[in-house]
Amino acid sequence: MNFHQYRSLSLAVLAACVLLVPGRATEAAADARGPAPEFKLPLRGGKDLSLSQLRGQVVMLNFWASWCGPCRQEMPLLESIQKKYKPLGFTMVGVNVEPDSAQAEKFLQQTPVSFPVAFDRSSSVSKLFRVKGMPSTVIVDRNGNTRMIHQGYKPGDENVYLDQIRSLLRE
Amino acid sequence: MRPARYLVLLVLALPVLTACAPIEPWVKPYEREKLADPIMAFERNPVSGSYLDHVFESREGARGASGSAGGGCGCN
Amino acid sequence: MARQFANKAPLIVGSLAAASAAFAGVLPEDRADALYHRYQGGGITISGPSVLVRKKIGEQFSVSANYYVDMVSSASIDVVSTASPYSERRTQYSLGVDYLRGKSTWSVGYINSAESDYKAKTIYFGVSQDMFGDLTTVSFGFRRGQNDVLRNINTAQGKINDPAFAREAATRAFSVGVTQVLTRRLLGSLNYELITDEGFLNSPYRSDRFADPTAPTGFRYESEVYPATHTSHAVAARLKYSLPWWRASVDGQYRFFTDSWNIKSNTLQLGYTHPLGRSWILDASARYYQQTQASFYADLFPRANAQNFRSRDKELATYDAITVGLGASWEFRIQRAPWLDRGTLNLRVDHMMINYDNFRDVTKGPRGGQEPLYKLNSNIIEFYISAWY
Repeated sequence: MNFHQYRSLSLAVLAACVLLVPGRATEAAADARGPAPEFKLPLRGGKDLSLSQLRGQVVMLNFWASWCGPCRQEMPLLESIQKKYKPLGFTMVGVNVEPDSAQAEKFLQQTPVSFPVAFDRSSSVSKLFRVKGMPSTVIVDRNGNTRMIHQGYKPGDENVYLDQIRSLLRE
Repeated sequence: MRPARYLVLLVLALPVLTACAPIEPWVKPYEREKLADPIMAFERNPVSGSYLDHVFESREGARGASGSAGGGCGCN
Repeated sequence: MARQFANKAPLIVGSLAAASAAFAGVLPEDRADALYHRYQGGGITISGPSVLVRKKIGEQFSVSANYYVDMVSSASIDVVSTASPYSERRTQYSLGVDYLRGKSTWSVGYINSAESDYKAKTIYFGVSQDMFGDLTTVSFGFRRGQNDVLRNINTAQGKINDPAFAREAATRAFSVGVTQVLTRRLLGSLNYELITDEGFLNSPYRSDRFADPTAPTGFRYESEVYPATHTSHAVAARLKYSLPWWRASVDGQYRFFTDSWNIKSNTLQLGYTHPLGRSWILDASARYYQQTQASFYADLFPRANAQNFRSRDKELATYDAITVGLGASWEFRIQRAPWLDRGTLNLRVDHMMINYDNFRDVTKGPRGGQEPLYKLNSNIIEFYISAWY
């Protein structure tokens, strides 16, 4: 095969890539299924947290790690969402997925947050929620049902979160 | 070079295969801590790497196939 | 003679382009690097700066620019045998843009290299796509270069381009690569590159030699003649592993090369990276390179015009080479400069030892064909500062 044949074939495949491999980051309410799985995790600060304790509030679970650039970038925005909507019946929960929490603690000392941070050291909760990307955000309504799953973080994604949170708070 | 032709055709077929046969990743996104470590980057210092590639290619008959993309945290 | 380095200039692109599409789902980091490089060996010293600046624009674009200079002062074996020492300066500018859309990164760039007798312009285009849960990255690259080959002559006005000599050469390259996350600690990569050149592919200054009993040294020189085309294939496999016992990584690469000039080569490279404390990273590497000669290469031809194509360029000879290198990197932060995430000071030294099997050291007499085989040892130093912002 010569250069020209390689080039034509590659360009055809490129077109296929663009058409067939979409990067949809958000699964809408229709795709997310029913009740969010129950879990219990140790919290930063000592106590434990179980999802059922938060029934009645709108909950946003954010799966993050200190080694994940977009996760670190997103953190201050999550903190501002927490500050604004906590009084209205909302809570953010950070779920750190690292087996060793040392790096996460170090990051939180430099970028403090006021919302609870749970440590999923054995990845059991990540598996339960079938986390497909880093970071991953799951929004659960007041009745404990999963309403939105979003993968990755790019500036501007917070608007997607806010729309969902506001509509769930109104329910 | 015939084996290269088959290799290239296989690689070119990969994106099309993705759409037809979704495979569950065996390394989960939350298990990529070691891969996200900067010391696991194929090219941690591009300016130095490309200079050394230039030094070798200027003195050798061989050329090509010296870059790699991919790995890392797999975020977004 | 500077051509020897210039005609490979566009290849520096390959690594820069690949590095730019390094993370298909995330754009490369914003950074700036200022490097001082120095090669010294075989009577040649080549040194100069390489400055790279990269910045994101918005969330989808990353632009990079590189300024690179080679200042050559040469009394190499080729030069000393057939001409006199010279100095030359090659300047190279490149510009690249990366565009991120979902899991694809599209890259495009331009490189311009110029010296008094060689000008090379190259454009490249690449795509990198993540798939299979971000475990696989597939990349394609295309490159096209147009080169002008001139020849310097000495006149009463000094060194000028010979107006009667103007040639061209064109390059096209296609590359494809797959990187695969194999386990939590192991990355693998397979790369293939096809390169085609056509036009004037040799150096206008270089000669080959032929046996001539009437000559006092037993040989005479004649101009070399190269084929007008050159097609090459390179396949490389690479593995990178994160050690489980302490924080460190090992790297292994193998490349096989073959071309239409009948050169075959094998390259094997091993590397080890070891962070020390919170600020230091140490690197060590060893590289073995082996090649067998081009079909039209000979150190000494039996007579004048012995073949249609003839070369005595040692780069086309049969030889092997070992290069060992050590690098150290120190990370720092500056409290008073919050815009600076972090910076590093880096030093790297490489030592290359080449043993030619069929290229002889003409400066060491006695008579044609019986000189000792040439050995070339060189030292390469890189000192650079990097900043992330």
